[in-house]
Amino acid sequence: MSSFKNTGHLFRFAGLFVLAFLIFLGVRGFVVPKSFGQYGHYRGNAIVDDAARPMFYAGHQACETCHADIAATKASGAHAHVNCEACHGPQAIHALADDPTAHIPVKPDSATLCIRCHAKTLAKPKNFPQVDGDHSQGMACITCHTNPHSPAMDTAAKGGAK
Amino acid sequence: MKMNRRQILMLMPAAAIAWESILAGTPEEAPNYKMSEHWWSMLIDISKCIGCGNCVRACAAENKVPAGHFRTWVERYHVDDENMTEPQVISPNGGFDGFPAATEDTGKYFYVPKLCNQCADSPCTQVCPVGATFISPDGVVMVDRKYCLGCAYCVQACPYGCRYIHPELEVADKCDLCYHRITKGLTTACCENCPTGARQLADLKDPKDPIHEFLRTHNVQVLKPQMATGAKVFYNDLDGSVR
Amino acid sequence: MNGVEGFMYPNEIALQWSVLIVLYPYITGLVAGAFILASLVRIFRVEAVRPTYRLALLTALSFLLVAPLPLQFHLGHPERSFEMYFTPHSTSAMAMFGYVYLWYLMAVLVFELWLDYRAEIVQRAQSTKGLLGLLYKAMTLGNYNISHEALELDEKIGWIVTLIGIPSAFMLHGYVGFIFGSIKANPWWSSPLMPIVFIFSAMVSGIAAVMLIYMATTKMRGLKIDVACVDAIAMYLFYTFIIDFALESLDLIHRIYEADESFRSLDFMVHTKLYIPHIVIQILLGTLTPLVLLAITQLVKLPERLRKRLYVIAGSLIMIGVFAMRWNVVIGGQLFSKSFLGYTTYKMHLISKEGLLVSAGLMLLPLAILYVLVRILPPWHEGENQVLAEGAK
Repeated sequence: MSSFKNTGHLFRFAGLFVLAFLIFLGVRGFVVPKSFGQYGHYRGNAIVDDAARPMFYAGHQACETCHADIAATKASGAHAHVNCEACHGPQAIHALADDPTAHIPVKPDSATLCIRCHAKTLAKPKNFPQVDGDHSQGMACITCHTNPHSPAMDTAAKGGAK
Repeated sequence: MKMNRRQILMLMPAAAIAWESILAGTPEEAPNYKMSEHWWSMLIDISKCIGCGNCVRACAAENKVPAGHFRTWVERYHVDDENMTEPQVISPNGGFDGFPAATEDTGKYFYVPKLCNQCADSPCTQVCPVGATFISPDGVVMVDRKYCLGCAYCVQACPYGCRYIHPELEVADKCDLCYHRITKGLTTACCENCPTGARQLADLKDPKDPIHEFLRTHNVQVLKPQMATGAKVFYNDLDGSVR
Repeated sequence: MNGVEGFMYPNEIALQWSVLIVLYPYITGLVAGAFILASLVRIFRVEAVRPTYRLALLTALSFLLVAPLPLQFHLGHPERSFEMYFTPHSTSAMAMFGYVYLWYLMAVLVFELWLDYRAEIVQRAQSTKGLLGLLYKAMTLGNYNISHEALELDEKIGWIVTLIGIPSAFMLHGYVGFIFGSIKANPWWSSPLMPIVFIFSAMVSGIAAVMLIYMATTKMRGLKIDVACVDAIAMYLFYTFIIDFALESLDLIHRIYEADESFRSLDFMVHTKLYIPHIVIQILLGTLTPLVLLAITQLVKLPERLRKRLYVIAGSLIMIGVFAMRWNVVIGGQLFSKSFLGYTTYKMHLISKEGLLVSAGLMLLPLAILYVLVRILPPWHEGENQVLAEGAK
């Protein structure tokens, strides 16, 4: 076959291609993570990694196992649906600790905490309780609303605020 | 068997689910999270949102979201009846520090919390060149931090602006519905900390989830429906001017 | 604050894709355009532009080697970029681009160059000593058969490779256009015309680049520029440019006439933040001016010297104009909010991983590579090479 006599160099070039492809396949089998393709075109273990991230908010269920008394107070008041950490901040460090007393949460300051939700603005739904700057006349909210877990007006302290 | 307090507490949410199943007479459905049994979504009730920013702060703390970037954020819309299609929108620092008092007493105001819509036909996972972002079998759009190139193509492809490149990790980052929480029977950090219940995690595959009743009886919308992304974050009372 | 006007989604304020991603379609476009010019000789038998054939291929190769670098510099994790080859996501235009790139580099450009240069490579392998000699020896792949029949076969295979190369070049750059054109979230990009506009502007910029490089190298070698050659190139440049201009105008008119939900926002952007790069640089300076200049050279019989000067001016303006077009697509597409309610600002750093200096370096690098390539594989036939080349035909 004389027509093939002069094709040697072409086969060498093609051989380079095949060689590169084989190396590629070899490396690929070695490099691609084992769980890739387990559920789809991604690393299946990525889901495990994501689920294993640490928690910072323990969730109100955790709080309520110990603080059942406060949960009961809350349940009957206006803040029944406000979860603990919404005001107290992330407490997984306290709630999930072997010794919770080692990480005592800091008590929130009502002077800055309450207005985060209750500051008056036209932009809030009208039926949501809101107060403007004059309302407290500089006093901390808990002066009158003594129990933030069930923030009805404490009648004994009724005085300054309208 | 002796268990310490931490172990008991970690198991507790799962136990609560188990208890529900036992009460319902189906104890075999108890614990051990199975991906095939869930299809996560979220319900947002615009009429309940007060723009306090608790969700933004909680999200940042729970997920170590870098400053200036947001897995969830809150926008405040001001829509005037004279110009319904050109709303004035603000979202100072994503609502992390709350909002300034609204002063102009014209038109209407409302807050729109935003987060990844966990699209079932997500344009972001479509464009990822390597499979580093994907929809998990339980319907959460995730990023594989160990596999992402940081090319930012997904950030470009998201119509909602829900993605960003994490400045330290240099990989794409976004809301994953607090996957580490919801797989343990807890709700997301934003839902846990929403004082008015404006955000509710929902499981579309759970027949007992109140979302089904809610979707049947309310005017519910998703963001940018024209994008046809199969968004699974449902908004109640969403104004037409929201984009 | 942060250069934001109106409302941006908070994650949109900083741009994701910097000037490096502007370079990427620009450089890839030059590759595709240069190759198309080379194919004029091989497939369409335009003998007038033969002096640029090999130069065009070498130019294409030098730019192609640099094309992935801006992407690498931009990636947050460049060490993971191999994943694009090992686990390519079939629905991602970017992943497919990786394969198209490799195909184009190896199966088309390198193969075609190798076939075309083989006779000289073998000659030099036998006559050159030292490291360079070893390099030539490696390039022969150990086969020294340059018989008349073998070279004739190479010529035939080369023709087929070029034939495959034309759609490959279109695909290479069409894919770049598709990367942008397929993003439905971004109305500035989302357009089925995007790949086509990219291809034609690529041809325009590539042809202009080879024309300028040819004129410059000929000048530097102290030889006379082949006027018939540059006349032919300028003619093709003009006609391609007209098609490109028509397509871009169509895109623009369509957007203005349709005036969809994004129009007001984009229109405002074009008249403010993008006014200089889009209206002034891209359209007036980079498109209309060179079009008029080229039209003059086609319609009026000008003296040689003036013609050459006009070609240089038009070619340079085209290079700037096409760069501006890439800039306006990539950067412009990120300046407005997807809420259509606001705009942000792009701040380019001078010295940073994605800054001006790196970009300038990446833009000059292909020229340095071309210099080396020209040293190793001279594209012009001189002395003994002349004879060989004649024999190869």
